[in-house]
Amino acid sequence: MQKPGYYGKWGGAYIPEVLYETFKDLNAAFAAAKADPTFWQEFVDLMATYSCRPTPLTHAANLSRDFGGAQIFVKREDLNHTGAHKANNVMGQGLLVKRMGKTRVIAETGAGQHGVATATMAAKFGLECTIYMGEEDVRRQRPNVFWMEKLGATVVTVTSGSKTLKDAINEAFRDWVSRMDDTHYVMGTVCGPHPFPEMVAWFQSIIGIEARAQISKQFGKLPSRVYACVGGGSNAMGIFQGFLDEPQVELIGVEAGGHGLDSGRHAARLASQDASPGVAQGYHTMFLQNQEGQMMDTYSVAAGLDYVGVSPILTDLWEQGRVRFEAATDKEVMAALELTMKREGIIPALESSHAFVQAYKEAPHMQPDEALIINMSGRGDKDIFTIAQAFNDPSWKDFIITKGAEYAA
Amino acid sequence: MQLEQTIRAELAQPGKDILLMTHIVLGYPSLAVNRQVIKQMVANGVELIEMQIPFSEPMADGPTIVRANQEALEAGTTVKECLAFAAEMAREHDTTFLFMTYFNILYRYGVEAFFRKAKEIGIKGFIIPDLPPEEEEEFWQLARQYEIPPILIYAPTSTAQRMQELAASAEGFIYCVARKGVTGKQTDFDASFADYMARCRRSTTLPLAVGFGISCREDITFLTGHADIGVIGTATINLVDAQGPEAVGPFIAGLR
Repeated sequence: MQKPGYYGKWGGAYIPEVLYETFKDLNAAFAAAKADPTFWQEFVDLMATYSCRPTPLTHAANLSRDFGGAQIFVKREDLNHTGAHKANNVMGQGLLVKRMGKTRVIAETGAGQHGVATATMAAKFGLECTIYMGEEDVRRQRPNVFWMEKLGATVVTVTSGSKTLKDAINEAFRDWVSRMDDTHYVMGTVCGPHPFPEMVAWFQSIIGIEARAQISKQFGKLPSRVYACVGGGSNAMGIFQGFLDEPQVELIGVEAGGHGLDSGRHAARLASQDASPGVAQGYHTMFLQNQEGQMMDTYSVAAGLDYVGVSPILTDLWEQGRVRFEAATDKEVMAALELTMKREGIIPALESSHAFVQAYKEAPHMQPDEALIINMSGRGDKDIFTIAQAFNDPSWKDFIITKGAEYAA
Repeated sequence: MQLEQTIRAELAQPGKDILLMTHIVLGYPSLAVNRQVIKQMVANGVELIEMQIPFSEPMADGPTIVRANQEALEAGTTVKECLAFAAEMAREHDTTFLFMTYFNILYRYGVEAFFRKAKEIGIKGFIIPDLPPEEEEEFWQLARQYEIPPILIYAPTSTAQRMQELAASAEGFIYCVARKGVTGKQTDFDASFADYMARCRRSTTLPLAVGFGISCREDITFLTGHADIGVIGTATINLVDAQGPEAVGPFIAGLR
């Protein structure tokens, strides 16, 4: 019999003893919420009135025509409050925190989207909030740091390790072991020790439930393929769950190819040959690590995909052959982003643009009576500094220099 | 059983009311300094030494030990070197050496191969803070097979029932974490601490070690009677950083 919290041989709960009772309580609270249909309804109502659910499914008519292949549909998670799918998980965990009677939340953040979403939830529910963010990410995602602080959260810059998402997770755990009585750790993705992968996947399943109903209504049948970018894997798990039980729907996870899989500068766990099984951050999955088990530095233009591990649920689906994994390079990502803006007038986040890359590669080889769905996990506005720099945009540079001079004066 | 017997025999010696266990992060600041520090620890009567094999994600450790892990790895310390160094220490010193590390280090080495190697070196126990008894059946079975006790951890948050569950898988001694949080921060040794230790004592017949934030003679004096082993972790790392390895001998000598 499969132990709870295991997906094939992946997952588990490798937690320090001091958190044993905390996890026991969390498992009990989550199981009770999951078994209570009013809880899910409360969640759906909250997302309809506070966020923007159901988010639309947009037919990218121009690009579908340009490529001359499959009909391209885009699931618009960018239209959630705070601009990404992260809100789904955060508001769900917020409702759970209220049930558990805790008064403080902590979270890790990479790109800053999960941090901003957690800070809004904390503000709305009247909770104290501390966000851990790697120094490297603070540097590249300053606007999100600004918003978290304005929303009333304390942002702690993490300077240990590689100063990115994994290090922020370690610091959040260190906070939690010191203060578990009043504090809940709002894990942002489908990783970490059980029950987090299951819990986050459950809240994110709202994406797939909606997408399945929408494609059936708008296109009259199921899509042939569904694409999602994969950092930890929460948006991918969210949309994939709507189609997992339909074997004819192919599911494609797109990881960060960075400078290319041969360059060593990437964050592709399942699409490359570079990852191996490991246990870290409380769970068993495929990690980018060296022979002796030390985690390696990962790289991506998209902070939200720059992570050493990947969801144990996705690793299991990959091993079973249910989800195919591909990688998109930084260069391909910028091209897909530009094309999507110019032809459809929508601005995907750098993370989400990875999914667009793979869909654009495959769409021309599909039939016009087939559909594909791209999960647009977030909007690109937050990336304006990174995107402007990647495009090497001269007028933006002038603006920054002028603004800098103004502040310096 | 062997580790427990060694501890009991030490405690039976006249005047020895509490044993000392110290902590070394291998490769920090260097194996050469580790060698000097261990020599002084042994010369000044430390009974047990836990050697931490550095890991890139030391989730349960506090800032000092996190930094030590990171700098050891940045200096190029490998698991292979740590094992060779441990073999050398166990050959040279008649002291009880244990390995402390995170599970991934064993997992990548091969869990059984790691046990075999540790046995060959003469390591007397493993402390793996991210491995609860619910995970990795093979590990617990190998621990029995190779007779290397897995040291289990009690925390102030552990209920009496949980302590009994843990005691069932434990051997050698139990490591009682003195307070919530990570390694290296101050602990208040007060009445609630005495209650906690009494709870620990009731749940097991194994010797009890207490760690987390123990830094001076007063701490050790307080622990005597409550615990069988006092664990000095971050304090000696800070001492070596500030005053060099020579300072360790007098510090240890002054603890009890």
